[in-house]
Amino acid sequence: MTGPGEITCRELVELVTDYLEGALPAAQRTRFEEHLVTCAPCVGYMEQMRETRRAVGTLREDAIGDEARDALLGAFRTWQRG
Amino acid sequence: MRSRRDTGPGDGVALPARDDAELVAALRSRDEAAFTALVERHHPGLVRLARSFVSTQAAAEEVAQETWLAVLRGIDSFEERSSLKTWLFRILVNRAKARGVREARTVPFSSLAGEPGEDRPSVDPDRFLDQAHPRWPGHWAAPPLRFGDLPEERLLSRETRAVIADAIAELPASQRRVIELRDVEGMSSEECCALLELSEGNQRVLLHRARSRVRGALERYLTEDGEQA
Repeated sequence: MTGPGEITCRELVELVTDYLEGALPAAQRTRFEEHLVTCAPCVGYMEQMRETRRAVGTLREDAIGDEARDALLGAFRTWQRG
Repeated sequence: MRSRRDTGPGDGVALPARDDAELVAALRSRDEAAFTALVERHHPGLVRLARSFVSTQAAAEEVAQETWLAVLRGIDSFEERSSLKTWLFRILVNRAKARGVREARTVPFSSLAGEPGEDRPSVDPDRFLDQAHPRWPGHWAAPPLRFGDLPEERLLSRETRAVIADAIAELPASQRRVIELRDVEGMSSEECCALLELSEGNQRVLLHRARSRVRGALERYLTEDGEQA
């Protein structure tokens, strides 16, 4: 049962990003962390958000296309000569 | 997947990649390999961000190409008060915005940049027990899937990456830009806010909504094959 001042899971999920950004005021951060101690599903949700962030980072691995690279090399060589 | 490392001459052993500052110095000396390394490192990210301002992939590609031309023209007078990456993306944002505005003048009903994010819960309320529940008000009705229990290859696979890319492409432009700069490009909050002219608070709201949506898309995808919580 949620006591006074305790946050619910539904409230916690709205605060996750603020928490990860270090933007929660101290009292709220404490309540947030206390909730996680006893709530495995919310720990699971936090993990989902962290893993999402990590997986989003892998988009960085997309490579430039050959056409684009060739066009840019052409521009570079023109500049290099000039 | 193309490696990001520069290979050294002769011995076939990959050298650690030079950082942007080293590449800028080499570029000033008209070093082609340095330019190639910079382009391989940053071009896809420039195109990705441009795409959130303009109406077609081709337009995004053009804006990114123009950005590199501007870099070459300006490299000798680039004072390095900011990092190369910040400078690069600032040029890109200015050009992409200008292009987006020009497109809006000629293309009727095109979606304009910067519509506000919608105000709705980041997780479907049906996933929580009702506030009137006698024992667990506002608690998860069922625990969410544990991403950490999945094999690493699953989360970081090409297919998963495509799901994420699609989810990001469907975000409102303002959310898309923030998640791209923060989570794909790895920029700091300060850099992101400066580039997109956002307050920290606004940026956080957009980041939260963007990540929540992508999380939802990922969860649905990862659950589909029967990997249930």
